[in-house]
Amino acid sequence: MALMRITSPHAHGPMSTQRVMQNVLLATVPGIVVLTHFFGFGTLVNILWGSVVALACEALALKLRGRDVGFYLKDCSALVTAFLLCIALPPYAPWWLIAVGIASSILLAKHFYGGLGYNPFNPAMVGYVVLLISFPLQMTQWAPPRGVGEVPGLLEALQACFMPASYDAVTMATPLDVLRQNNSLLLEDLWKETAQFGRWAGIGWEWVNIAFLAGGAWLLYQRIFTWHAPVAMLASLALLAALFYDGGSSASGGSPLFHLLSGATMFGAFFIVTDPVTSAVSLRGRLIYGALIGVLIYTIRVRGNYPDAVAFAVLIMNFAAPFIDHYTQPRTYGHKRGEHKP
Amino acid sequence: MALVGLAAVFGALLGFAAIRFKTEGNPIVDQINEILPQTQCGQCGYPGCKPYAEAIAGGDRINKCPPGGEAGIQALADLLDLEVIPLDDEHGEEDPRPAVAFIREDECIGCTKCIQACPVDAILGAAKQMHTVIASECTGCDLCVEPCPVDCIDMIREEESLQNWHWALPNPVSRQVEIIATDAAQATSGQDRAA
Amino acid sequence: MRKIFDFHGGIHPPENKHQSVQRPIAFAGVPPELTIPLSQHIGAPAVPVVEVGQRVFKGQVIAQPKGLVSVPVHASSSGTVTAIEDRLVPHISGHSAPCIVIATDGKDEWLPDIGDSATPDFEHIDKPELLERIRAAGIAGMGGAGFPSAVKLAVKPGVQIETLILNGTECEPYITADDVLMRERAAQIIGGARILRHIINPQETLLGIEDNKPEALAAMRAAVADTDLQVVEFPTKYPSGGEKQLIEILTGKQVPSGGLPSDVGIVCQNMGSAAAIYDAIVLGRPLISRITTVTGDAVREPRNFEVLIGTPMRYLLQQAGYEAGKNNRLIMGGPMMGFTVPDHAVPVVKTTNCLLAPTEAELPTPPPAQACIRCGLCAQACPASLLPQQMFWFAQGKEFDKLEEHNLFDCIECGACSYVCPSNIPLVQYYRASKAEILKLRRDHEKSEHSRLRFEARQERLERAEREKEEKRAARKQAAEAKAREASSAGSGEQDPIAAAIERAKAKKAAQSAGEDSSSELEKLEKAVVSTRKRLDTALAKLREAKDQGADHIDALQAGVDKTQAKLRAAEEALNAYQLANASTNGQNDAGAEQPTSDDSAPSAAQAAIERALAAREAEAALPPQERARANLEKLQQRLASSRAKLAQSRDAGEAEKVIEALESSVERLTEKIAAAKQQLQDLESA
Repeated sequence: MALMRITSPHAHGPMSTQRVMQNVLLATVPGIVVLTHFFGFGTLVNILWGSVVALACEALALKLRGRDVGFYLKDCSALVTAFLLCIALPPYAPWWLIAVGIASSILLAKHFYGGLGYNPFNPAMVGYVVLLISFPLQMTQWAPPRGVGEVPGLLEALQACFMPASYDAVTMATPLDVLRQNNSLLLEDLWKETAQFGRWAGIGWEWVNIAFLAGGAWLLYQRIFTWHAPVAMLASLALLAALFYDGGSSASGGSPLFHLLSGATMFGAFFIVTDPVTSAVSLRGRLIYGALIGVLIYTIRVRGNYPDAVAFAVLIMNFAAPFIDHYTQPRTYGHKRGEHKP
Repeated sequence: MALVGLAAVFGALLGFAAIRFKTEGNPIVDQINEILPQTQCGQCGYPGCKPYAEAIAGGDRINKCPPGGEAGIQALADLLDLEVIPLDDEHGEEDPRPAVAFIREDECIGCTKCIQACPVDAILGAAKQMHTVIASECTGCDLCVEPCPVDCIDMIREEESLQNWHWALPNPVSRQVEIIATDAAQATSGQDRAA
Repeated sequence: MRKIFDFHGGIHPPENKHQSVQRPIAFAGVPPELTIPLSQHIGAPAVPVVEVGQRVFKGQVIAQPKGLVSVPVHASSSGTVTAIEDRLVPHISGHSAPCIVIATDGKDEWLPDIGDSATPDFEHIDKPELLERIRAAGIAGMGGAGFPSAVKLAVKPGVQIETLILNGTECEPYITADDVLMRERAAQIIGGARILRHIINPQETLLGIEDNKPEALAAMRAAVADTDLQVVEFPTKYPSGGEKQLIEILTGKQVPSGGLPSDVGIVCQNMGSAAAIYDAIVLGRPLISRITTVTGDAVREPRNFEVLIGTPMRYLLQQAGYEAGKNNRLIMGGPMMGFTVPDHAVPVVKTTNCLLAPTEAELPTPPPAQACIRCGLCAQACPASLLPQQMFWFAQGKEFDKLEEHNLFDCIECGACSYVCPSNIPLVQYYRASKAEILKLRRDHEKSEHSRLRFEARQERLERAEREKEEKRAARKQAAEAKAREASSAGSGEQDPIAAAIERAKAKKAAQSAGEDSSSELEKLEKAVVSTRKRLDTALAKLREAKDQGADHIDALQAGVDKTQAKLRAAEEALNAYQLANASTNGQNDAGAEQPTSDDSAPSAAQAAIERALAAREAEAALPPQERARANLEKLQQRLASSRAKLAQSRDAGEAEKVIEALESSVERLTEKIAAAKQQLQDLESA
């Protein structure tokens, strides 16, 4: 038997890209379960249909680029993109909306830039923003949560997705929307008068966020990513919310807890901000990256026109990631600090 | 008024930047000459590297230097902000193995023709005396081969050995297990032979 | 308790050390053939001092060091030298290197005078002598790199070493050679440590050992009980055995980039080297064997062997129950930094601390690399605090400047980044290849810089030579003019015009040399021809005038004319040569003038002669070469005849000696020319 001649090291750690992706997929499960419980089967249908489209797009792109389709499909990155985008989309979105979003994510945001690892922007968020700008109406229709309105069943969810013309959607504003548009009521009164509000934030939303927090904590435990970016993001968001809470006046931006448990905060912190490809790499860089995303989220939520801000904040900071990396290069062994002028 | 103020401020800023961040580069010809391999072989059609550097600065194409090879073209393209073009075959082919002239000394008649041809004085000898090449000074330019009346000069290419072997970059697109360079080379040479 | 520091990054790969420590060290035996490479260390290979067929004893020097960074090579057993040739050596390239091959006789007979230099009381020997003995024993760093120990210990004068560190970390998985050495031969190591301490005189001596070797720690602690050597235990982490990392762990200091440990007052030595130094000084025995771990699932009885240097790996593997069929690759060293060897026949060398024969299940073939997802695990694992993912990016794009900016050369190639990479990217190979490429570019650039300087020096020399020639010509001309002036001042009232002519010539010359740089070579030459021709005309006119007046300075004038004629010839020849050389570019301009006849008749006649010659030359140029040569020859012969006639006439007329001399030299020149022309014609005809 001929002896193999290859480069060292000969041993390899247990981690693989495929495993990273699979762990991320697994960690979304609690969040999806809670979403389905409060908002019905819409998200699940989104995810199923989105995954099919994503795998098809990925296969097509790989084929066109002359890569080994089977080998690269196995890395599960397309599935991760599909899951993340479909979780972010409103439930009961029509099939074409999902298809356009996924195609933008996989083809435009990922393969046009050279495929996995070369994309400067988070594919799921690019897909989301493309849809939000192109189809604002469909993108802002959120179903009422269980306990506030009627939750559609599985058949209705399928109908909403594949025969959108025949489906009559029941929608209502999200708590974030309600809060932003409020300029007359004290927060206390707003809570009493609006049906969507629960204990700390919107009904359902608070539990969805807690579920994603749990999933994220598990990923942290699995050492899929480091704590730096998500913690920095949550901390800066909470800090800003606390600064501008204003005691719950009519001009208040909402309490820190409200912001932490509303919209896509936890989902963004643990599943979007932690995307390794598009975030800063050095640990100090990740702290800065996360903190600035927190600032942007709060600013856009309170001052902007869109229902949530995670996508825009993340995309803006994707721009800055290489820059942050450049200025947070660690000191190399045997070099004096500041000796290396970047 | 505000516009004028802005214009003044930015003008001052730009002016300051122009002085503060002034790049003190050597003239372009020297920079080009720095990139050229200094074999002085004349394969580019100019009598030496400096004249070719001057010609490039004057607008000549950057793909006439086989000893510099693709890497040289790349460096020139970077410096001059030009497009990378393939090496012009007319001027010869790139051979990455460095060459050294070798005089078969028992055949040398001592005519000094090669000594006169050598652009870097790497050949030692006198009329009617045997000549020899100082290998460490030889640039492998070939210029001594042609004038030799008895054709006793060989260009010897350095072969890969334990001393000069080194790792090659892995092929990023390859689905193959990254085998080291020599295996890859064997594989391709095998294919060549088959073809 | 001593303070322990931590270094950035690091990993915890499965240790797999238990397999090979179950059994004590065994002697591997004397193989039938030993292949001893001449270069087992960093530095110049040793030079053989034995011949094929010679009988050698165990411990005999068979190759002497060459240069400062080099060590001798000894025969590891007694026998006969059967070959001195290139053999496969443990190097991943699979290339061969010079080796001495010994067929052993099985007697394992020591050199009779071995041990004569044994010095148990080494304290009385001074430092240089000890270093020389260490070098003579052939000791080179046994941890991996093989840097000659004597060189490492020869600290620059004036540098005070605070800390001597003995490295017993052995952080690589699988390897236990130092572990068992410390367990079984602690006294030997401590003896070596005391010698080292005597040589470099440090303030403290630390023995760094990872906490995954409790038995070794206990043995070493017992051995240092009554000394001021300190055993320091620290947590297991790969690569804490790297010299730089160990220094940081034990002292908190970092070796400056590109520097040596001695720059921060530290010297590091390997445990195995310490034991070998003990053997060399106290027992007087050279380094001819070492402890090597043989392990991996493809050997039935993994254990440590004492192996003779030069033992073929196949022989050693067989001692441990090697199952070749199960083995997918043979690694010298550990799984992190070891390299695959090309063949089972390569010998064990001084740096072979481990032979790892894994099965495919144990160390699977790496899968193809996937895309880098910039997860940053590599940056977290890097013990040098580098950014491997950035360097990978730049290495792919061959952006060497950026790589150097990111401190590529501080990479110790420990493999931690590749180990953690989820995409299985062979990062270390990228860095190795890039380092080699950068070093090659640096060398190329140095060489090209050197060539450029030599080229420019040569250009300058040629120009200087040309200038000197020019100056000499000018000097000669001036001498002639001075003579002419002398003559004219002796003559009657001719001074003014001649002086004026000289002035004119000078001015012209000055103008010419001033304009030399700007005008092209051809123009210069043409000008030279024209001006010389003019000078000739005036000189001839003057000569005639003088003759008419019967002046007595005719001789001088005649000589002047001759000289001018010679100059004209030279100028014309130069022009010709130049034009011929440039024939390809401006071939049409090939009408050089033949030398005018040395006629001292009227200037108009001379002018006419020149024109005739020019016309003839033009006509000639149209002829085929043979015809031209023949015509040339005929003409020359005619000229010779007329010159001879003139000479005879002058002699008969009793003309001045100068005139006759001039005519004689002209005849001589013509004779030479005819001979040359004949030769040329012959050549042409024979061709």
